[in-house]
Amino acid sequence: MRAARTPRTRRAARAGQYTALLAYLLFLAFPLLWLLSTALKSPRELGSPHPAWIPRHPTLANVRQAFAEQPLAHAALNSLLVALATAVVTVLIATPLAYVMARHRTRAARAATGWVVVSQAFPFVLLIIPLFLVLKRLRLIDSPTGLVLVYVVWSLPFALWMLAGHVRAVPAELEEAAAVDGAGRLRTLASVTAPLLAPGIAATALFAFVTAWNEFFFALVLLKSPRRQTLPVVLTHFIGAEGVADLGPLAAAAFLATLPSLAFFALVQRRITSGLLTGAVKS
Amino acid sequence: MRTRITLALAVLLLLLAGCSPGGPADGGPVTLRFQSLAWQPDSVAATKELVREWNATHPDVKVEYVQGSWDSVHDQLLTSFEGGEAPDVIHDASDDLADFAYGGYLADLSGLLPARLASDIPRGSWETATFGRGVYGVPFLQEPRVLIADADRLRAAKVRIPTPGHPWSWPEFRQVARKLSGPGRYGVAWPLKEPVSATLNLSLSAGGRLFHRGADGKVTVRFEAGDEVVARTIHDQVAVDRSAPASTLGSGGADTLPGLFGGRYAMVPLGFSYRQQIVRQAPEGFHWQVLPAPAGADGLTQGVSPQTLSVSADCPHQKEAVAFIDFLLRPRNMVRLALGDWMLPTGTQALKDPALRTARHGWATGTALAARLRPAPAQSVRGYPEWKDKVATPAYQEYYSGASTLAELRHRLERDGNLVLARYQR
Repeated sequence: MRAARTPRTRRAARAGQYTALLAYLLFLAFPLLWLLSTALKSPRELGSPHPAWIPRHPTLANVRQAFAEQPLAHAALNSLLVALATAVVTVLIATPLAYVMARHRTRAARAATGWVVVSQAFPFVLLIIPLFLVLKRLRLIDSPTGLVLVYVVWSLPFALWMLAGHVRAVPAELEEAAAVDGAGRLRTLASVTAPLLAPGIAATALFAFVTAWNEFFFALVLLKSPRRQTLPVVLTHFIGAEGVADLGPLAAAAFLATLPSLAFFALVQRRITSGLLTGAVKS
Repeated sequence: MRTRITLALAVLLLLLAGCSPGGPADGGPVTLRFQSLAWQPDSVAATKELVREWNATHPDVKVEYVQGSWDSVHDQLLTSFEGGEAPDVIHDASDDLADFAYGGYLADLSGLLPARLASDIPRGSWETATFGRGVYGVPFLQEPRVLIADADRLRAAKVRIPTPGHPWSWPEFRQVARKLSGPGRYGVAWPLKEPVSATLNLSLSAGGRLFHRGADGKVTVRFEAGDEVVARTIHDQVAVDRSAPASTLGSGGADTLPGLFGGRYAMVPLGFSYRQQIVRQAPEGFHWQVLPAPAGADGLTQGVSPQTLSVSADCPHQKEAVAFIDFLLRPRNMVRLALGDWMLPTGTQALKDPALRTARHGWATGTALAARLRPAPAQSVRGYPEWKDKVATPAYQEYYSGASTLAELRHRLERDGNLVLARYQR
């Protein structure tokens, strides 16, 4: 009797698990699906007192209007360049620094770690005006290079903290074994440490990319010329006084703005997952 | 692989370098940066078209259009002013100017304004942009609060339709809202996400002032009989008559439109420019009309904070900047801007334009109210933003939802409010 019930119970448990998983996925996807649904509705349908999940008369008019009214493609290109540059520069700076902080437990390394934590305590509204003045002196206002510089500085503390965890997760014994086999310091780093750090580097790059891709306020304040504005800044042009928004085109543009992040994440997600888990646990 | 990565990095660096700004051009025409907050397609088109017309006819003064956003304009301007990188011509609203004017960031335009423009805009409107002895902006577009009503519901209930010449009184409005209510249906919906400005502006109709300036120039809050009328009407409609739902008290105006279209609400008090959204979103067969807000002891008087055009104090070409503003605000151009934003122009000549006097979409009702618009009571009061956020907003919200009494509202506005204002007036 017991043997006959077990598989059925197991099947029921599995079904329950999948149902719960599906519900959770729907919960997570809800904002995106609602955004898509809104983007495909006409103004009349958006004003309907009985909102429906699936648009009754789906239309791409909002997408067309969004592209016609604002330079979305150009802004997306600006965002992409800035986000990619931020990711690359952050990783280039953070990787060697994190290695030193993790491997050399000196007083200076501990002080640097403390400084990284302290630097996270300052709200950005406190920094924006001094930052603006410094960038102005460097002639980096209204320049994507200046914005990248800010984003790198902004991302670096967390990137360092994250990467240092990954470095610690790579057993030092592997590097010692390579040294015993005759590999020099650079060879060890390139052939042993770097491949094992790849998931952590990918996770850090993604973090820096998404931070820069989504960031609004620095971009708003530091970029003056319309042709240099990034996507989050251009999206606010669909919002008027007292928060009144042109909802359809805004939803269409916002939905399109989420796609590059999703695509990037989908591309590297396997590496990211293992990278995040590795960094999370200190052996 | 390594070569490909190096190549990709090199391309990225080159692209970023290509995006970097060039140096300032030597000589040549004066260039003015005009930051516009126009956002609706028609008003963006009208503004850009006017900039093009200016540039075509003024080769010595080139205007560069910069798109700003209402959502973040204050912080963005503050940072730009501090960094000395502000736009030359600045589009904003009069209730946002006080800090910038007192902070010395905006040019005093009083000696620069051409006589035509100065005389075209009424004194009441100029007062909205006057701080101390200086004029720090040119008010050019404004919107009264009106009642957008379901015409069929009003007709079916056989209520008297108010006009600017014969508006409802506040008690009559309350009575009509009761008459229009029924099971699951409300006579009115108050979208009061920003309860303070809406209440204060409408309270002018009943003689409410709230802020009283003494002989020493200091402002104190006194909640008197005139200040009670609008607040008590809203409270009683929500908490006593049940002719207004409590659920919309935290909503923005646009959130109430589906309820209006679906017959849940018969009337919604909204800014005049919401008509554009109604035209776009209303279902086929929905008949709506624009009614004046109720009148009190001071008739249809209302407070407004007009949109303004200012010049940065750091602008080296202030005369040219004012000439550009004067061009934008010629009567014909002001009408184009007003039509694009579905608002009223401040200019007396522009207000005479037939396009703004048509009954279609309630334009005539709004135009008839223009003469009764006054500066919003609070806009020259230093410390108002903090008073509003920390004291007045929660106090009004609690009172409207029935969680506190009128005496408690008065007590908080006066006692707590005056403590806040005193800090700014030492």
